Amino acid sequence: MLGKLSWDAIPWHEPIPMVTSGVIVLVVLGVLAWIVIGGHLPYLWREWITSVDHKRIGVMYILLALAMLVRGFADAIMMRSQQAVAFGNDGYLPPEHYNQIFSAHGTIMIFFGAMPFVIGLMNFVIPLQLGVRDVAFPTLNSVGFWLTATGALLVNISLVVGEFARTGWLPYPPLSEATYQPGVGVDYYLWAIQISGVGTLLTGVNLVTTILKMRAPGMSYLRMPMFCWTSLASNLLIIAAFPVLTATLAMLTLDRYLGFHFFTNEAGGNMMMFMNLIWAWGHPEVYILVLPAFGVFSEVISTFSSKPLFGYRSMVVATMFICIVSFTVWLHHFFTMGAGPAVNAVFGISTSIIAVGTGVKIYNWLFTMYGGRVRFTTPMLWSLGFMITFVIGGMTGVMLAIPPADFVLHNSMFLVAHFHNVIIGGVLFAAFAGLTYWFPKAFGFTLDEWWGKAAFWFGFIGFYVTFMPLYIAGLLGMTRRLQRYDYEPWHVWMLIAAFGTAILFAGVACQVIQLVVSIRRREQLRDVTGDPWDGRSLEWATASPPPVFNFAVLPNVSADEPYWAIKQHAREQNRLRPEPEYEEIEMPRNSPTGFVCAFFATLMGFALIWHIWWLVALGFVGAYATFVVFAWRDVPEYIIPASEVARLDRENRSARKEALATYTGPM
Amino acid sequence: MPQAGRRDRASIILKAVLACGMACALSGCNTGILDPKGPVGAAERTILLNSTVIMLAIVIPTIIATLAFAWWYRASNTRARFRPDFVYSGQVELIVWSIPTLVILFLGGVIWIGSYELDPGKPLSQDKHLEVQVVSLDWKWLFIYPEQGVASVNQLVIPAGQPVHFSITSASVMNVFFVPELGSMIYAMNRMATNLNLQADHPGEFHGMSAMFSGDGFPDMQFKVRAVSDGDFQNWVRTAQAAGQALDRTAYTQLAKQSRNVAPTTFRGVEPHLFDAIVRQDIPPAPGPETERGGADVSPRPGG
Amino acid sequence: MTTADIAAPRQDPYHIGHGHGHGSLARGHGEGGPAPKRIIVGYGFWIFLLSDIVMFSAFFAAFAVLQGETAGGPSGKDLFDLRITAIETGCLLISSFMCGMASLAAEARRALWFHAAMAATFVFGAAFIYLEVREFWVLVEQGAGPTRSAFLSAFFTLVGCHGLHVTAGLLWLLTMMAQIFAKGFRPDILRRYLCFSLFWHALDIIWVALFTVVYLMGAGA
Repeated sequence: MLGKLSWDAIPWHEPIPMVTSGVIVLVVLGVLAWIVIGGHLPYLWREWITSVDHKRIGVMYILLALAMLVRGFADAIMMRSQQAVAFGNDGYLPPEHYNQIFSAHGTIMIFFGAMPFVIGLMNFVIPLQLGVRDVAFPTLNSVGFWLTATGALLVNISLVVGEFARTGWLPYPPLSEATYQPGVGVDYYLWAIQISGVGTLLTGVNLVTTILKMRAPGMSYLRMPMFCWTSLASNLLIIAAFPVLTATLAMLTLDRYLGFHFFTNEAGGNMMMFMNLIWAWGHPEVYILVLPAFGVFSEVISTFSSKPLFGYRSMVVATMFICIVSFTVWLHHFFTMGAGPAVNAVFGISTSIIAVGTGVKIYNWLFTMYGGRVRFTTPMLWSLGFMITFVIGGMTGVMLAIPPADFVLHNSMFLVAHFHNVIIGGVLFAAFAGLTYWFPKAFGFTLDEWWGKAAFWFGFIGFYVTFMPLYIAGLLGMTRRLQRYDYEPWHVWMLIAAFGTAILFAGVACQVIQLVVSIRRREQLRDVTGDPWDGRSLEWATASPPPVFNFAVLPNVSADEPYWAIKQHAREQNRLRPEPEYEEIEMPRNSPTGFVCAFFATLMGFALIWHIWWLVALGFVGAYATFVVFAWRDVPEYIIPASEVARLDRENRSARKEALATYTGPM
Repeated sequence: MPQAGRRDRASIILKAVLACGMACALSGCNTGILDPKGPVGAAERTILLNSTVIMLAIVIPTIIATLAFAWWYRASNTRARFRPDFVYSGQVELIVWSIPTLVILFLGGVIWIGSYELDPGKPLSQDKHLEVQVVSLDWKWLFIYPEQGVASVNQLVIPAGQPVHFSITSASVMNVFFVPELGSMIYAMNRMATNLNLQADHPGEFHGMSAMFSGDGFPDMQFKVRAVSDGDFQNWVRTAQAAGQALDRTAYTQLAKQSRNVAPTTFRGVEPHLFDAIVRQDIPPAPGPETERGGADVSPRPGG
Repeated sequence: MTTADIAAPRQDPYHIGHGHGHGSLARGHGEGGPAPKRIIVGYGFWIFLLSDIVMFSAFFAAFAVLQGETAGGPSGKDLFDLRITAIETGCLLISSFMCGMASLAAEARRALWFHAAMAATFVFGAAFIYLEVREFWVLVEQGAGPTRSAFLSAFFTLVGCHGLHVTAGLLWLLTMMAQIFAKGFRPDILRRYLCFSLFWHALDIIWVALFTVVYLMGAGA
């Protein structure tokens, strides 16, 4: 009846997962109780859960990402503290747990921390920057989000019910085959990633279509803000790379469930094929994450230098260059497989060539600041921190791309330090820069600067104190994923890294306090005009938070920096544009399709993990029925009357008029 | 401006950390890949340090320029010239594209030559080399000396000053054979024999390991490497040939079962062509965990 | 926009919302604002199909790598019956042709013709699936199932994945017929139908590659 599931699946005798999950369950129940008793459920259902508004979905993505970043950071604390104490002894985590923790850490941080954060920012920002009302497929957008949430939920269920993979964040066979991992851990991984992968693919399709086919009148490709360009590149990579992941994990699933022989030791299976396929996805994935991050920095640096982005076309070329070359480098993840000098050299060189594109970007940001008026706000600090950190990460990346150097650095702590250097220094810094930068647009008030800067300094310094020692440990020959070690020279560096984690913890705390403080002080921090940073792209042309339809009338783009041109003109003339003729607006209706579909996907995923076949069938039929019901609805849109549009727009116009009247800055 | 002080402090800390790392790197810690004990490791260190220096030549100026530009063009600095229309410059673009391109061209040469020079499969010299066959098992290393007919577990004894050719395979999951102080690492894979040539210049003891996570017993995949004089090596071989258990298929099958924390031992009378039989899978791949183990397929138990 | 804007865009950037950017200076596409829904839907679905083809290419790659790994078991030469495969191909092509007829009927808003053509599409698609399932069944009976060797794993997965797509397509086809029957030729339903027909034709393209690489080259090797 319940497949492999029984009471034994819950680790009653393990205090760490039990206490943690107990606390989480209590908190979740508490929040749910507050929602239900406080009567917030209808609001939540109507305005958020069933929402197909790209802004709401973007915000939910980021909330999910923040929660998962905390979860992944908890894993990181355990890993760093285990390695700090496990010199010559077993530490406090047995290998069975330690191995789950680092696997979960990587999986959660990449798939449910970084990805949703980046996708959330893209979701929220792209339609606003393009000057349109929504993404191309709003309901699909909601489905994509909820499927991602399903994946995150499944990974977190594994904390209490059963186990998570003990194979690392990429389950290399044969270790991940049923012979060597008979438990459900790898199955949790497979289904969580498959389900959320479908969500990511849908987002990729959606955003590419949005960027290529839905732009405000006059918004040619070369007038798109840099963030749209990098997002386009990133989503093209999603479309080209994620299906490979789906196929590869499907093969591993078939091996494990039905006894196929893609990657097994027996009957001709080939584990090297897994490594080739998974990295054919995995390396582009790195750029899926970091390209939008480059976009965020481009926006932030340009805005806070009060200058247009330097060398815009050069940046576009560099972006697309990285996008394409990222598909030709995957072999550098296994130079040590012994492929022969010619193959290694070619992939080593193609890998280093990517550094040309990133190098160009760094210099262009540098020259964006040159001749500017740099304001050291929190997003700008994150951006400067990024520029400094990323060149170091890029340098160590090129070192790893040199095959003879990789022969001694592969899989070492040096590698661990390198990819944290680029992912934290690149993606996470961008996430926080983007969060602070666009938060007022989403919620109508800015975030507290003092706590934001505190979070930056703790994060920045904490990063260096944590990861520079790992570089050194790598040079001392320390390999990754060691649950314990007996080799004395590594110990001191592990202790320093653990101390660095404590500093990072302070940074995380500041980030949380910043949110709380800002919400409490929201009246002082209110952004009335919708343009708190003196912005340059179209998202700042509408109110904060924007009305559901984003723009009362679609902006007509006639300059490279559309909003800046409008604003500059208004300042010169000292008056706003004449009021446009308002028309009624048609917007897509909310739909529970995404949520219901994800509900069934969760059932199905869980049932597949535990071999509960009737529930699998039920989940499948349910998901299919959801789509049929969705297809059956008659009125997919609703109308916002012109008077309502006019009322909302006039409110914003009067705030802007006031701001214009008191404007004293340069013309 | 209050940020100013904090910024400076941060950059000082940053520099201190970097300096610390570089000091460690350049002074040569007494261990690790920066203190190689053989020709392969030495050549790899040279490439590593050369490429680092080449890149630091642009990385450090870039970091300094970032801080300098941001600081000089701060909004409150009235002496800095505001040039909002400085958004494109052909000369700057030319420089911006050519600096990284030239560096990568140069490094590309290093990569190409280095990849050929230090190909792990390339013999180190024409001299007679010692053949060692390496089999990674769950969770220990088996070293077979086919010419001597002996084998050892979790200890590798090699003659100093003589090239060693390793044929590497795995009987279960993937591992990486790695002795940091000797140089290159290479994957151990099922159904596959990879090649690696290393040499220790002088007698000494080194730390060897698997550099690829291979399951719950992974931390036990560490071994001692002893480079000894030729005479000592012959002595060790003779001792091994005289004592211990013979390594035939039965003994090997027993050894291939999962076990942790295996003490170093030696075997005599190694069955001829045992390594080839493992690679060709004439002997079936090593089994995984015994499934009877309490609830192994649902929830892990410590010590299982 | 007026010609004055073209000469000096900054002179009157207040044109927000007026006109649709005719004669704007914009390069690239995007002069006219967001594309019509039909274009957006078709375009998006094309992109999805591309991603689907990328997925198939991963399975093709796996098949190419594992083709020789028969582990002492039968190879393609021993197993494939090109006669059946030829009939399967015929079924799929006729089905695709019928789907084209249905598109024409939908264009002409002829419900009866539409349903007849769709029914024919279904019948030939189902015949294809029947033949494929039978082929698989015979193979498994012979002891040449997917667990026999890596080659057979890759074969069953690649061909089976296509078969699953066709099956899903059949399910979708029935839903499309029901929608047109219940709601008529509404624009949103026609857009969905456009996606369906793209999907159905794309499966043909994949089958052509599959037929060539797996069966023709496999039986010949």
